Amino acid sequence: MDLTLKVWRQSGPDDAGRMVTYLAKDVSPDMSFLEMLDVVNEKLILEGDDPIAFDHDCREGICGMCGMVINGVAHGEQRATTTCQLHMRHFEDGAEITIEPWRAAPFPVIKDLVVDRSAFDRIIQAGGFVSVPAGSAPDAHAVPVRKEDADDAFDAATCIGCGACVAACPNGSASLFTAAKITHLSLLPQGQPERLIRAKAMVDQMDAEGFGGCTNTGECTAVCPKGIPLDTIAQMNTDYLKASR
Amino acid sequence: MAVTGAVMVGFLALHMLGNLKIFYGRESFNEYAHWLRTLLQPFLPYRGVLTLLEIGLFLAVVLHMWAAITLTRRARKARPVKYVAKKSQATGYATHIMRWGGVTIALYIVWHLLDLTFGVVNPAGFNSAPADRMIEGFQPGRWWVTAVYVIAIILVGLHLRHGIWSAFQTLGWVKGERRRIVKLGALAFSAVLVLGFLAPPLAIMFGVVK
Repeated sequence: MDLTLKVWRQSGPDDAGRMVTYLAKDVSPDMSFLEMLDVVNEKLILEGDDPIAFDHDCREGICGMCGMVINGVAHGEQRATTTCQLHMRHFEDGAEITIEPWRAAPFPVIKDLVVDRSAFDRIIQAGGFVSVPAGSAPDAHAVPVRKEDADDAFDAATCIGCGACVAACPNGSASLFTAAKITHLSLLPQGQPERLIRAKAMVDQMDAEGFGGCTNTGECTAVCPKGIPLDTIAQMNTDYLKASR
Repeated sequence: MAVTGAVMVGFLALHMLGNLKIFYGRESFNEYAHWLRTLLQPFLPYRGVLTLLEIGLFLAVVLHMWAAITLTRRARKARPVKYVAKKSQATGYATHIMRWGGVTIALYIVWHLLDLTFGVVNPAGFNSAPADRMIEGFQPGRWWVTAVYVIAIILVGLHLRHGIWSAFQTLGWVKGERRRIVKLGALAFSAVLVLGFLAPPLAIMFGVVK
């Protein structure tokens, strides 16, 4: 299949950046989106051009490194899928595809489609430690956890920190990410001692990074490759309100 | 947004119920208006309760607008570079019109107060009984007033459809199965409110209430 790509090119943080059109010929429908970009880049290198920079690592949908806005949707229109797991068979032959980086002030563009997501790391750091005894692994049944809590905590813990929620949010809010990280600990007994301090510190850090506020539009959960539910944001709000009292 | 919104939703519910008094006749409607002003009279001066409610409501409106403006400004700052292409993936039309819908509703309220509260732009005039202002205000000859009213009320309904469940979410009261119930409840409440508000002016325009 042949495709027309409109890609955001920006040589560095200080460059203004622009959309550049490329033709991708003989693309196999079995390729992943990133493999398609690899092929385009090989051709660019052969022609002496600068290849399109994009983040990627595991290419198995679990590391959270890859991510770009494809045709106006973070990670593309395929639901619950990271960019690396998106395959070209979901596109029509001859299609025009717009590719842009995550757009948010706290995620400055480093180059082309690569953004700096250190703000997420600082939110995690603000969460601090969890009081658990170190040493050998405890017996699995030493601390009982309700099945429902374990399931909900695990759902929240599947967040890979890719940043699609921020990219999709019309407010540029990081609420879904922060809420997922807060929820996966606040539902477990191990997370209780620091529960409220952690929620307060992480939300305050999120605001300090310059992310927008949540207006419950639901754009984040719709594009989340792990389908993190809005319930996590309600949990974050509960904890934050309790901590602010 | 959630708390101030809840205050206004409470007001709207009472306002809607009060409006329905017009179906019991002009007398009943005017008596209700009088009752509001003489509530708890020996303990509070004339219009005491009403003035307190008005102050509370005014504060809620101002704080709601302040919160909305703050959120909008934060959102603009958080995304200085716009997307070339952006497609919404979330369901619900109402979420997209919260900001401008809110501004439109605020502008309508100004007209609404001038028309039916102060009677400045009402054919019955300033020194008229509330029921006269209402009935003369929605006569067929002023069909455009009714049309604007209908549009404004539908906008209010859409605003509340997102606003009500959103308030529950903001306060952290929505979890799991309850989300569906709260969303349905918000929809049902908004629908009842819209119908309750539309009934009097339409009944007046089509001559059911004279």
